[in-house]
Amino acid sequence: MAHSATTAHGGPGPTAHGGPGEDRTRRDFLLYATSAVGVAGTALALWPFIDSMNPAADVLALSSSEVDLAPIAEGQSVTVTWRGKPVFIRHRTAEEIKAARDVNPGEMPDPQKDEDRVQKPEWLVLVGVCTHLGCIPLGQKPTDMKGQFGGWFCPCHGSHYDTSGRIRLGPAPANLAVPSYTFQSDTTIRIG
Amino acid sequence: MSAPASRNKLVKWIDDRLPVFTLMQHSAIDYPTPKNLNYWWNFGSLALFVMIIMILTGIFLAMNYTPHTAHAFESVERIMRDVNYGWLLRYLHMNGASMFFLVVFIHIFRGLYYGSYKNPREILWWIGLLIFFSMMATAFLGYVLPWGQMSFWGATVITNLFSAIPVVGQSIVTWLWGGFSVDNPTLNRFFALHYLLPFVMFALVFIHLWALHTVKSGNPLGIDVKGPQDTIPFHPYFTIKDLYGIGLLLIVYLYFVFYAPNFFGEPDNYIPANPMVTPPHIVPEWYFLPFYAILRAVPDKLFGVILMFASILVLFLLPWLDTSKVRSARFRPIYKQLFWLFLIDCLVLGYIGAKPPEGGYVLVGRIATIYYFAHFAFLPILGWIERPRPLPESISAPVIKGGAAKMMEKA
Repeated sequence: MAHSATTAHGGPGPTAHGGPGEDRTRRDFLLYATSAVGVAGTALALWPFIDSMNPAADVLALSSSEVDLAPIAEGQSVTVTWRGKPVFIRHRTAEEIKAARDVNPGEMPDPQKDEDRVQKPEWLVLVGVCTHLGCIPLGQKPTDMKGQFGGWFCPCHGSHYDTSGRIRLGPAPANLAVPSYTFQSDTTIRIG
Repeated sequence: MSAPASRNKLVKWIDDRLPVFTLMQHSAIDYPTPKNLNYWWNFGSLALFVMIIMILTGIFLAMNYTPHTAHAFESVERIMRDVNYGWLLRYLHMNGASMFFLVVFIHIFRGLYYGSYKNPREILWWIGLLIFFSMMATAFLGYVLPWGQMSFWGATVITNLFSAIPVVGQSIVTWLWGGFSVDNPTLNRFFALHYLLPFVMFALVFIHLWALHTVKSGNPLGIDVKGPQDTIPFHPYFTIKDLYGIGLLLIVYLYFVFYAPNFFGEPDNYIPANPMVTPPHIVPEWYFLPFYAILRAVPDKLFGVILMFASILVLFLLPWLDTSKVRSARFRPIYKQLFWLFLIDCLVLGYIGAKPPEGGYVLVGRIATIYYFAHFAFLPILGWIERPRPLPESISAPVIKGGAAKMMEKA
C-alpha cells in the first residue's frame, strides 16, 4: 500500500525531503504506526462491549444465600436457590453417612472421600446440577427415585449419585459440586 | 483494474466464485474520486461511522433493556449503575444520536450548497432523504424506550399528529398505540421497530453508496470529471482523510460522552413516565426543533401537520425545483446568498422550536416558516434570472495551469 502511495503520487512531493527510498521508509513507518494505533484503539474500544455481557453488579450482589438449618429434621432434604441454581441440603442419617464412608473411593469415576465433601458429617450441601449436561437430579423428595446408591438419580441420562453426591454409575464425569459455605452458627450456613 | 490481490490463490478462488475482493478493489481502493474534494465531503463517511457505533451500542444495550412499562425505566437505570460499562454504552448511544443528526445535517447542507441533488444524482439524493426519514423515525422510537416523562409525552404528542388526519385519524392513532393510550403494547412495538429500522437504514445506505458509485462523487466545483487527470484513487488518499475526520469527530463526540453526557437531554426524562401528569414544557430533542417550530407556527391542527411533513417532502422535489444547470453555489452569486439565508432560517426555526409558543416567538416562528417554503418556491424562478459566473473548463485545469505558472515564477 505504501508502495502504490509513493508511485501514484504526482508532482514534486515525494522528493521534496530527500530521496525516494527515504520517503518510502517514512511512509511505511506512518502506515505501520497508524495501523498499530488503529488496531490497538479498536481492541480497547471493544472491551466495554464484551465486558457488558459479564455478570452485572446486581447479579454479583445476589451471589450468597443464608440458610437456617434448624427446621430440617434428620433424613430430610431441602432445596434452596443460590445464583439461580438449586442447592441440595440433606440432613443425613447415620446409615447414610456410614454408606458414604464404607466404600473405597478408588473405584469411583471421580474419587473423593466423603470427609472431604462435608464440614459436619450430618450436613451435606451440594449444587443440585448434574455434572453431565445440567439437569436437576431426583432424590430430594421421599417419593423420588434415588438411584442404586440411595443418593440422587438424574432422569435425563441416568446418572446415579451416592449419599455423598458422588457419581457412581452413568455418564456424568464428576461428583455433584460442593459450593463454598460457612457455618455462621450451629444451625445457619451461608452459601457463597 | 483487476484485483492485484488475485495473486493469492485462495483470494482468487473465492473471487472467481463471489467477487468480493474485486468489489472492494473497485469501490474502496480504485474508486476514482475527484481530486478537489474539501472537508465537507467527509461527512458521509462520518455518518456511516456513527451509524455503526449506534448499531453496535444499540445491540448491546438491548441485551440489558426490558421493553415493559413496569421495568423499562428501571432496566435503563440498571444499565447505568450495575451493568459493566453500561453507562458508557448508553451515553455513547444517547450522544451518538445527536452526533448522527449533526453529521447528517451538515451532509445535507453540503448537498444543498454544492447542488449534489442535481442530474444525475436525483436518486442518490432521494435515497439519502429516505435514510434521513428513517433516522428521524428511529430516533423518535428510541427516545420513548427509557420510559421517562419526556419519552411518554413525546410518544403521546407525536403519535397524536396522526389524529389530524380527517375521518380515520383517531383509528390510526389507536392502531399505532395498540390501545386507547400510549401504554405497554406501544412500548413493546416501539422497541421492536427501533431494533428493526436501523437495519433498514443499513440497507438504504448500501443503495445510497451503490447509486453514488454509479454516478460518482460530485465536487466543490460542481463540474463533471473530464478524465483520469481529474481524479485520484480513493485509497490511500480518502481512506486516510476519512480516518482523520473520524479522529476529529471522536474528539467532539467523546467530549460530550465523558464530560457532558446529558447536555443534549432533558432532565425530565429521568422522572419515570406518569400518564397522569404532563411536564410543563414539552420540548423534542434538538434535531427535531425546526420541524416542531413549523408544526406550531400554524394555528390549524391538520394544516400544521401537513406543513411539517411538507417541509421534508419538499426536499424530494428539489432536483426539479432548482432549475439552474450550475451545481455549485460558488458560481451562483444569488443562490449562494440564499443558501446562507436558508441555513440561518433553519437555525431560527430551531431556536423558536425550543421556546414556549407565546408572544413574539409565535410571530418569528411564522415568518421563518413562510421563509422556509418561500425559499423553495423562489428556486425555479432563480434558475431563470440568475447569471452564473463562468465555470472552469475542468477540475485539474485551473490547478495545473495556475500551479504550474506559480512554480515557474518561483523557479
